[in-house]
Amino acid sequence: MTANAIYSEPLIRRVEVAAPRAQEIAPAATAEIKISTEHVSIRYGTKVAVRDVSLTVEARSILALIGPSGSGKSTFLRCFNRMNDLIPGASVTGDVCLDGENVTDADVSVVELRRRVGMVFQRPNPFPMSIYENVAYGPRRRGKNDKRKLDELVETSLKRAALWDEVKDDLRRKSGLALSGGQQQRLCIARVLATEPDVILMDEPASALDPVSTLRIEELMRELREAYTIVIVTHNMQQAARVSDVTAFFTMAEDRAGYLVEVGPTGRIFTRPNERLTEDYISGRFG
Amino acid sequence: MTSTTGRAFAGAGSPAPKPSLKRRSSRGSILADKAATVVLWGTGAFVLLLLGAIILHFAVAAWGVVSPSFLFSDPSDSALGGILPILWNSIYMLVLTMVIAVPIGILGGIYMSEYARDTGPLGYVTAAIRFAEESISSVPSIVVGLFGLILFVDTWHWGFSALGGALALTLFNLPLMTRLAEQALRAVPAGERSASLALGATKWQTIRHVVVPLAIPGLVTGVILTAGRVFGEAAVLLFTSGIGTPAHYNFGNFSLTDPSSPWSPFRSATTMSVYIYKLQSEGLGAYVNQIVDGCAAILISMVLIFNLGARLVGRVLTRRMTAA
Amino acid sequence: MAQLTGAQQASGLRTRPGPLKRIDVPQVAVFLAAASMILIVVLLLAFIARQGIQLFVADHVPVTQIFSPTWQPDPGSGPTSFGILPFIAGTLFVTGVALLISTPLSVGLALFLSEIAPKWARSVVQPALEIFVGIPSVVWGWLGITILVPFLSGTFGHKIVVSLPILGQVFSMPGFLTGFSWLAGSLVLSIMILPTITSVAYDSFRAVPQELRTGSLALGTTRWQTIRHLLLPSAMSGVLTAVVLGMTRAAGEALAVQMVIGNSPSMPAAITQPVTTLTSQITLDMGNTVFGEPWQDALWTMSLVLLVISVASVVMVRMLNKRRMGS
Repeated sequence: MTANAIYSEPLIRRVEVAAPRAQEIAPAATAEIKISTEHVSIRYGTKVAVRDVSLTVEARSILALIGPSGSGKSTFLRCFNRMNDLIPGASVTGDVCLDGENVTDADVSVVELRRRVGMVFQRPNPFPMSIYENVAYGPRRRGKNDKRKLDELVETSLKRAALWDEVKDDLRRKSGLALSGGQQQRLCIARVLATEPDVILMDEPASALDPVSTLRIEELMRELREAYTIVIVTHNMQQAARVSDVTAFFTMAEDRAGYLVEVGPTGRIFTRPNERLTEDYISGRFG
Repeated sequence: MTSTTGRAFAGAGSPAPKPSLKRRSSRGSILADKAATVVLWGTGAFVLLLLGAIILHFAVAAWGVVSPSFLFSDPSDSALGGILPILWNSIYMLVLTMVIAVPIGILGGIYMSEYARDTGPLGYVTAAIRFAEESISSVPSIVVGLFGLILFVDTWHWGFSALGGALALTLFNLPLMTRLAEQALRAVPAGERSASLALGATKWQTIRHVVVPLAIPGLVTGVILTAGRVFGEAAVLLFTSGIGTPAHYNFGNFSLTDPSSPWSPFRSATTMSVYIYKLQSEGLGAYVNQIVDGCAAILISMVLIFNLGARLVGRVLTRRMTAA
Repeated sequence: MAQLTGAQQASGLRTRPGPLKRIDVPQVAVFLAAASMILIVVLLLAFIARQGIQLFVADHVPVTQIFSPTWQPDPGSGPTSFGILPFIAGTLFVTGVALLISTPLSVGLALFLSEIAPKWARSVVQPALEIFVGIPSVVWGWLGITILVPFLSGTFGHKIVVSLPILGQVFSMPGFLTGFSWLAGSLVLSIMILPTITSVAYDSFRAVPQELRTGSLALGTTRWQTIRHLLLPSAMSGVLTAVVLGMTRAAGEALAVQMVIGNSPSMPAAITQPVTTLTSQITLDMGNTVFGEPWQDALWTMSLVLLVISVASVVMVRMLNKRRMGS
């Protein structure tokens, strides 16, 4: 389980991940911890995909997970809303806690968890329905069918996703699929916002979009931070530097298991990283 | 790029206490989900149970009936009677039909897969062929049989004949055979064709020496599946190859034109499915039920053999082709 | 364009092909093989249509007469009336009830196979379905006669089922005199068309991209909610296609239906009563009639009706698919 014996080469040094130190992550002593993970490992069958990650996410902050492909960032992200459950043979060990409650408990309602922890995917996946129905999808499934309340919720969500002005006249007539790529992604964000989550997970949300749409999404993320806790996975370091408060750097060990190298405030990670590996990645020496 | 910050977020992500536990909310939808899962598993179980029951029923019903003497004697040879002529007819019709249908089907499949164009003037022809394919598949089998009646039996004065039946069966199954052949050929990767053409071979040479051989597993599967359909068909044959009960076949008579020779395609040929239909409608004789049960059991066994055989042969051939 | 052999091409880039080589034999042969199907359809339509209109052209029966509910084709028993409405109604009703029974079951089975079943279950159920397809229609009819019909008429295992909650009501309806009935026909048909509807519906479910399901689940819905509110609406035109194909198959089935349906050439009265369909009447009467006489001509007209229905359903399916592409 532990990766002690594997690393003998000096090039790949196993790094002792420090227990999250409050002062390093947030200066305020009363930082509210939204998500905490302790010694989380994820396996697909016998293969270890992510090994022993412990970190915390502060409420209303943006955590960016960066690192080369295959380092387990997306797999780790999926623990937060237990989307790994959908992958046959996947198993998660360790504690993942949302507001102090362990989400890996057997009697946790996964459905409820996913409402509170929403996810936006790399490729926009709007449903083949009208824009209104796309956004109203989540609330409807929870039994919210009151027309007036739904209308309000749809409008609020679309406004927060910075899409309202562009679609407000076509809500019910235009299909979600008829929007441009950037608009579709914002629709997917609005769809998540409509479930009134606390946390929004984003798996490379802008990588399939053009540069202008990408910047809009980044701006949106900064706005959303005021009310939501956001964790994003990105392979674009500059994006992480622009957008996030905290950055966590993952990489792949020799046995192809991903692990957490270092986590800390974004400013420090990108200017004075503690680990050599981090520095190498950030300066483009690998990845 | 105006955004509605500040005021839009009022009230969001409030510091109010969260719903205490994640359990128990959305219990209704979780129950519905579990119920639906059970019901859907039920449909799968239903199908398996029904099939098992049918196979069991016929296995039991035909237990005392199907025997070598049943298979190889004539209807009048004993009280129960045998089905040799009828069994012969089923096999004969199968072979005759496949001999006609398979070459046409494979050639047609080659055209649709390798030559047919979807655009331009020829594109209309391709569209017409596809429409024809779907249309023939939708026409009721009895109507195809009636067409055979007008054309082969009446207009061409063949009377009830095996050849007429085989041609009618060919018409009816040609869309299936062509489509299966087309699929098998399309499954051959484009790279194989490119490699052959790049070596200077012509299109037809490529098809003949590269594409078709690689498609053999799929083609064989297609042939066996079509054969399974042909073997059990009755409605098409009812009015084309006739419904009389043959008394005895003299297999020594090898003439192809003598209508009393079992080798001739110009005689009526009642097959097992048609025989079942005839017996149940006439209902004469003490052993009708047993004979029909016996024939039905044989038909189902053939279906099983053809079906499982197609899968097995396909798998074996593919493995030999790709592993070797 | 003539096809030069590889050797000819190698010997010089420009080689004049001889006159015979201009005809690319293989290409013509395969084209004829494929295009033969067009010829078949044309011939089918032509011959059946020609026979089908004889009733009006040669026998001078007014076209409106075929829509009457009175079928009395034998001139020896009184004035003839070639009303085929009972058969059209019979086909419609028997097919309709068969669809009612079969569609939920088939779509459910398709959902099971595409969304719920683990690989081992799929590998057992799918071959079972293929075997179902292969069972000849006369065998289904025979099962109907030997098991279903006696059951419906009370002579066999009746008491057990009658005590079941809902099914009991259906099967204890008064009036199953002999068991040969509309319901018997619909039940047999519903099992016969099950593989058809299931396989087309299954294909259309599989065509829905996985990322849509993932998106729905990530929003906090259950699998059933995803199926009901996302998958089914998205695959609706495919499911409708499946139903239309099932309907076509049911309407065209002749022998199995004829064996269990009772064959009473009057308008369908009740689900427990014998009825007739277009196909079963044709099957019954064709052998007993004489070519050229009005009775047989009426049967040909009925065949034409069947042919028109089936071609119309092909057009319907295409329109449904065009909608699917367009969205």
